[in-house]
Amino acid sequence: MSQTKTKDHAALAGAFIKDEERVNWHDGALWYIREKRDLAVKQIPEWEQLREAASMIKSNVISNLHQYLLQFEDNLKKNGIIVHWADSAEEHNEIVYAILKAKEINQMVKSKSMLTEECHLNEYLEERGIEVINSDLGEYIQQIDNEPPSHIVLPCIHKRKEEIGELFHEHLGTEKGLSDPTLLTRVARKHLRNIFLTRRAALTGVNFAVAETGEYVVCTNEGNADMGAHLSEVQIASMGLEKLIPQKKHLGVFLRLLARSATGQPITIYSSHYKKPRKGQEMHLILVDAGRTRQLGRKDFRDSLKCIKCGSCMNTCPVYRKSGGLSYHNTISGPIGAILAPNLDMKRHADLPFASTLCGSCSNVCPVKINIHDQLYKWRQVIVKEGYAANTKTLGMKTMAWTLSSPANFRKAGKAGRWFLQNIPFVVNNPFNPWYRQRDMPEGPKESFAEWFVKNEIKKQ
Amino acid sequence: MTTREKILEAVLKNQPEATALPDTSMFKGTGNDLVQKYMDIFKTIGGPCFLADTIDSVKTLINEKFDLSKRIVTTLPELSDRFELISGTVDPHSYNDIEVAIIKAHFSVAENGAVWLTEEVMGQRIIPYICQHLAVIVYAESIVPTLHEAYEKIGTGDYGFGGFIGGPSKTADIEQALVLGAHGPLTMTVFIIN
Amino acid sequence: MMNVGLFIPCYVNQFYPNAAKATLELLQKSGVHVTYPVNQTCCGQPMANSGFEYLSKGCNDLFIENFSSFDYIVGPSASCVLHIKEHLHSDTDEEQATKIRAKVYELVEFLTDIIKIEKLDASFPHKVGLHHSCHGLRGLYLSQMSELNAPPFSKPQYLLNMVKGLEQIKLDRLDECCGFGGTFCVAEEAVSVKMGKDRVTDHSKNGAEYITSSDLSCLMHLEGILHRNKSNVKVIHIAEILNATT
Repeated sequence: MSQTKTKDHAALAGAFIKDEERVNWHDGALWYIREKRDLAVKQIPEWEQLREAASMIKSNVISNLHQYLLQFEDNLKKNGIIVHWADSAEEHNEIVYAILKAKEINQMVKSKSMLTEECHLNEYLEERGIEVINSDLGEYIQQIDNEPPSHIVLPCIHKRKEEIGELFHEHLGTEKGLSDPTLLTRVARKHLRNIFLTRRAALTGVNFAVAETGEYVVCTNEGNADMGAHLSEVQIASMGLEKLIPQKKHLGVFLRLLARSATGQPITIYSSHYKKPRKGQEMHLILVDAGRTRQLGRKDFRDSLKCIKCGSCMNTCPVYRKSGGLSYHNTISGPIGAILAPNLDMKRHADLPFASTLCGSCSNVCPVKINIHDQLYKWRQVIVKEGYAANTKTLGMKTMAWTLSSPANFRKAGKAGRWFLQNIPFVVNNPFNPWYRQRDMPEGPKESFAEWFVKNEIKKQ
Repeated sequence: MTTREKILEAVLKNQPEATALPDTSMFKGTGNDLVQKYMDIFKTIGGPCFLADTIDSVKTLINEKFDLSKRIVTTLPELSDRFELISGTVDPHSYNDIEVAIIKAHFSVAENGAVWLTEEVMGQRIIPYICQHLAVIVYAESIVPTLHEAYEKIGTGDYGFGGFIGGPSKTADIEQALVLGAHGPLTMTVFIIN
Repeated sequence: MMNVGLFIPCYVNQFYPNAAKATLELLQKSGVHVTYPVNQTCCGQPMANSGFEYLSKGCNDLFIENFSSFDYIVGPSASCVLHIKEHLHSDTDEEQATKIRAKVYELVEFLTDIIKIEKLDASFPHKVGLHHSCHGLRGLYLSQMSELNAPPFSKPQYLLNMVKGLEQIKLDRLDECCGFGGTFCVAEEAVSVKMGKDRVTDHSKNGAEYITSSDLSCLMHLEGILHRNKSNVKVIHIAEILNATT
């Protein structure tokens, strides 16, 4: 697993952007999905009210989380599901391992779960002799390439079909040069089918967990969660605490918002409601904290826990589209990743809230109305206060503040700047000036507006 | 202190002041021409949808559409003279080679083309996912406009497993090229009985 | 007569005095009494957006000192106006800060909402691409946002429609961010420039001769790219179009 530790977003983005043709293709693909989302949204006249309702339901959830967790646990048990609690990623992984070991199982099939990516479950199990196969096609591709998913819904959106064909040639023995998506998918279908039929354990994520009834919903287009689960002896579901919703009927609101926001579909092909184990089957559910209660306690950032993992913020974000999900060096990338990650490791992810122009498009597409761009701004203040801003930046900012808080200093600095641009431009127009790398500097006019005004207009004032 | 206690204590300490649930009763669909609406949506998802008057006419359509030399299973007693009845007790793995599964849905949803099934009408949970081709029978009067009405019908739900199925399995993971037939069925056909 | 304080952002003052002059003239033509407080400097946004909001106290105090006395404060910069609207505070005179936040306007919205202008004696016979600055669009709500399922409207477009001979071009992406973003433009230089290049391409391929906006920061960034690539497309602040006569 290669999670780049030393390079920050700007450096990783810079590397991604060097291949302009690829960036244009990546950007175009994600923008197309944003457009599909828009088309679907326009079909629902009550769309903005649905967003508001979903937002309020999730606010109710995080403000009554204690009660809903107890209610949910109680109902899970009544349904015959075994409940576990995990404080950390490590504890979650230990629990999964223990469940498998108890049944002497050393092979598991897994459907999409960003939580288990966050916990690095696959590596943990592989180190202990348990093979895990990701059954979602995009995640399978990323797994055989030993790369994390770049997008939470479209794991290998950054890969060309030729690259995928090459991977399949190497790992599945397909013909060299084969890159037709349908043919590649058919090969994967056959290969994964055999996996589903032979694995005794299956693990899924949870899209929504209903406190009222003790059931959980898993949404896929591929049918891989169901293929794994219904053939398994042991079924495990890993869930972040915040995935709860209060009542069954609220699924109507969330399922109408989820797929339209994510891909522009009216609903995912499969929305499976798991409630009780099959006869002879064991069902487990692991409730995971791993930093969520800490985020819950942050007044300015707790609303990020309302997220339903649709990915629409990533699709609309111009920075994401033009830099790729892997430049965010976090399991959850893009705008929502940038407000979740600093809570997990502020030092490592201090750069993420700055990987944005604060344009606000993300907040507008978010189905649960998370104020993402406001939280990005607020995280910047926290990160600087905690001392994670580069020293040079702090010095530069203090100088700027000094200059701008005094009219006299401001006039002098402005005049000096313009004079340099007019008379000795190379002082500013040089490779050390990052602006100048690919842009010309503005021209320095002879007079500032204030100077002109004082000369010509001030008598009239 | 157990992990459970630790987490619950942290939640109680950190959660903000409670806010109320919104009223969601104003969300509802309109009830006219649901059959046409459903058919239009299902067509865009990539599945054939036929209107039939009786289950017998469905038999004829199935004979036309599918390869009868392969293993075809059903939960419907009306079709059991032609096709194998699904057993709820055998090992689900034994259904690996089914070509077509013909089942009946509780109802379907016009706004998204999905049918609602519980294990009660699936025969076995694996059936609608493991078959190569899925055929679902739905009664016209059972079609509801939106998911809001759907969940009113489902209620809290006395099932062990249930699911919405909205078309053939699909993926666009390879360069966003839509491929019908990922891990679930390659095709889905819906028969609406008037 | 309405008493208006002219708020000219720091970089507009230094680098784009013509836009400031056009703003002054437009306001005078609309019948208000305009004053330009000569000791103004900056709204503090560059520091705040970089996480140094706590350093902008000096700018805040200066702003309050300069602008308290007016009925309205008007500036030709959506991002600066938005910053004042959302972030102006004072340790010593919060009441005054609150009053100012309520009466500060960007030029376009001032003309449409307060002056309620219905015609302009302006002529600009060129193909113009309208760039919606993000602060103007999603912050000040100058136009409808493409993400929402809501009725369309656009205050800048409404004004541009009054200009004789002006043809507005249609863009592929209505309101994608240009990539300036404050210090982002140098801290994330590669992404910033790529975003700017993409906007420039959208405008030029759809026939724009001029790109206009309520925000000179966006235009400065786009202009830098246009000049570097020796393009014929020019940038111009919307005030200069609305003030243009044959």
